[in-house]
Amino acid sequence: MAGSGTSYLQHGKGLWSWLTSLDHKRIGLLYFFSVSFFFLLGGIFALLIRLELFKSGALFPPDLYNKFMTYHGAMMVFFVIIPGIPAILGNFFLPLQIGAKDVAFPRVNLMSWYCLMGGFFLAASTLLMGRNGGWIGGVDGGWTFYTPYSISFKPATVVMALAVFVAGFSSILTGVNFVATVHRLRAPGMTMNRIPLFVWAIYSTAILQVLATPILGITVLLLAMENIFNIGIFDPELGGDPVLFQHFFWFYSHPAVYIMVLPAMGIISEVITAFSKKTIFGYTAIAYSSVAIAAISFLVWGHHMFTSGQSEVIGITFSVLTMLVGVPTAIKLFNWIATLYGGSIQFASPMLYVLGFMFIFTIGGITGIYLATLATDIHFHDTYFVVAHFHYVMVGGTLMAIMAGAYYWLPKMIGKMYKESLARLSFVFIFIGFNVTFFPQFVLGNMGMPRRYHDYLPGYESLNKISTSGSWLIAIGFIIAAYSIIQAILYGPKAPMNPWGAKTLEWTTQSPPPHENFETTPTVTAGPYEYR
Amino acid sequence: MFWFVPSAQANTFMPPAASEVAQQVSYLYGFMLIVSVISFVILIGGMLYFLHKYKRKTANDKTPYISHNHTLEFIWSFIPFVIFLVCFAWGAYIYLEMRDFKENALEVHVYGKKWVWEFEYKDGRRITPTVGDQGQQVPSTMVVPIDTPIKLLMTSIKVTPEDKAVLHSFYVPAFRIKQDLVPGRFSALGFTATKLGTFQVFCTEFCGTGHSTMMALIKVVSKEDFDKWVLGDDSSGGGKEVTLVDKGKQAYAKWACIGCHTLDGKAGTGPTWKGLYGATRNFNDGTSATADENYIRESIWEPNKRISKGYEPNKMPAFKGMVSEEEIMAIIEFMKTVK
Repeated sequence: MAGSGTSYLQHGKGLWSWLTSLDHKRIGLLYFFSVSFFFLLGGIFALLIRLELFKSGALFPPDLYNKFMTYHGAMMVFFVIIPGIPAILGNFFLPLQIGAKDVAFPRVNLMSWYCLMGGFFLAASTLLMGRNGGWIGGVDGGWTFYTPYSISFKPATVVMALAVFVAGFSSILTGVNFVATVHRLRAPGMTMNRIPLFVWAIYSTAILQVLATPILGITVLLLAMENIFNIGIFDPELGGDPVLFQHFFWFYSHPAVYIMVLPAMGIISEVITAFSKKTIFGYTAIAYSSVAIAAISFLVWGHHMFTSGQSEVIGITFSVLTMLVGVPTAIKLFNWIATLYGGSIQFASPMLYVLGFMFIFTIGGITGIYLATLATDIHFHDTYFVVAHFHYVMVGGTLMAIMAGAYYWLPKMIGKMYKESLARLSFVFIFIGFNVTFFPQFVLGNMGMPRRYHDYLPGYESLNKISTSGSWLIAIGFIIAAYSIIQAILYGPKAPMNPWGAKTLEWTTQSPPPHENFETTPTVTAGPYEYR
Repeated sequence: MFWFVPSAQANTFMPPAASEVAQQVSYLYGFMLIVSVISFVILIGGMLYFLHKYKRKTANDKTPYISHNHTLEFIWSFIPFVIFLVCFAWGAYIYLEMRDFKENALEVHVYGKKWVWEFEYKDGRRITPTVGDQGQQVPSTMVVPIDTPIKLLMTSIKVTPEDKAVLHSFYVPAFRIKQDLVPGRFSALGFTATKLGTFQVFCTEFCGTGHSTMMALIKVVSKEDFDKWVLGDDSSGGGKEVTLVDKGKQAYAKWACIGCHTLDGKAGTGPTWKGLYGATRNFNDGTSATADENYIRESIWEPNKRISKGYEPNKMPAFKGMVSEEEIMAIIEFMKTVK
């Protein structure tokens, strides 16, 4: 064992030492590089979608467009946003923030990365599975894979289902690992009421991952069994029920929305306190509202199905339950803004991303109420209003938070500083580009433009043009961000131990941290945000 | 691509409100929009104000240590909660009205298949897409009278026997209504049009290659014009088809229903059809159900799934794959006349 003092980056050399590493920080970086690659792929599909929709009339054949749309969704949801924050930043900083040497099960942690990669290669292989046994293929039912349409792609749908199943294990194993780590490996004095809010958020997410992901696994297994053995489960011709698939699917995928967003909220709490030099307002409210969101999120899946043919009573029940989940979300927004009150606010790039998050997530949250309200949802369901809403929540929320977290923690992760000017420039492009892309889509939804359309009526053209030009701004923003990170890795000046003057434990060890994180196990005597 | 694009459809912020429910949805939407803008201004305006006022001045700024404030926290949890509940209650109220189908509603049957809409009236008239003068596709156009409750009975059907029926969704932006069509099931949708004109119909559930071209139109006409159209007096050439009731009667004979199901209330091997539609059926397993469209479809396709009290299972063959959805609709129309 290398003695403490050697950075984890120097601890073991060569590709093999990385691929077999049990160090949570290295595994975090493995996730960082693979998820960035998936994000690049998903992003290219997104640009192709917007290119097709730039004007009325076809550019690509409809089936090709439908594949872009499907792979964009599947890639971004299952391989980018779900693993994103927990697997990269959670892996890296959860043990550091609670003063642990590593996660509870380092080998399981490595295995979960291999599960994600296995899932990815399975998903990629479906591109070679044509509908009639041809080599050029791929699935095109959208990332939701609603039956019976999705069943008509054999064998691609089965392999895609398997891919999601395998990738799901990555999520479950990571979740188990984090729950165990938080319960068993906290440093002396680190009580549950002293753990940073990022840890609370990752912890709530981990519980969701452990409880919800198996449902997805079971659902896709049933889908595969139906396809292989012709057992009637979802296919009406075999006596199955296609709406049952929707119930199963959303029973996972609604909690999954919070798997995507809760960790983002954790990052916001960390960054907002560090850059306003002030303790968080309402620690307990924020921590418990994470848990409340996690709990209620299991009871709202039916709001995706108001027009599916479920009964009126069920529709009304899910509508009111969905309203309940809005309350803890609103509480968090108020708490963050109250944290700014009386602070010493520094507009560094992580903070800019957080403010961007607040702006975008507020719009995302408010428009969610339109979709939870029955009468308005009937009009907006499956239109561009929904597309705009979930991009405001998922992309505007989660992605802005990932960027905030990345710039906040990059000095600690690689031990180098990035160029602040480049980071700010990336924010300007991503923030403006995002709003230019997705705000017009709310209006398109108002006007009744359905989603997943390869072509549209000419009256929708002008707004679609604006939307597509925004997508190019986002692309430029991410190119700048990628450049700034690469530039920092190669040429960045050495980062100090605590460049932001933050109070959580990860800033008390060197940058980058040594192999087992701390030279001596820290003893905690106060809460995480003691700015006095 | 299409011969006709309804003018007011895509150029305004919201499509015109052309049904009773649409008007109500517009009021609710207006309310929500105002509340949203106010909330947004309070939240983001407050944030911007703090950002301006508490900008870092020196590296050693002292900040107050404020951990929480129960009164404030209660207020900002409670007010959103109340607003959310108002939205919920108002929305649910309109929704229930939307789903309240009038007894005397004019029924039109809607079939969705890859990738066209087809409409069928009780007089047997079937509306399919046609080809216009210049060879362009003219989408199916449903003609309905103004200020009259309409009930659509909808299902998804196959194009060819080898095909798989998939989900579709019937969406009329101007009426603010939408409902999925599920294979092997009948779903219902109701509206009362309040404006004359032609309105766009979209498919909003992904259904494959032709999803984005799966459109139709609804033409709302005056009651007098509708009567003329029904009689075929308006040069549309309709009004001379075999009615659904007659088609149902033919099916009753053709599939030999007549052997077991009487029309006069007498007991047979199976239940009589007299007064059957809409009646409550009690089953051997103790459950019961109303004999609606979905129940009757199930009884024809999979008769052994639920057996009515007093009858034996395995007497009736399963007609799944033989009797089509269209024929079932006709049989039901015929059943309704047997009272």
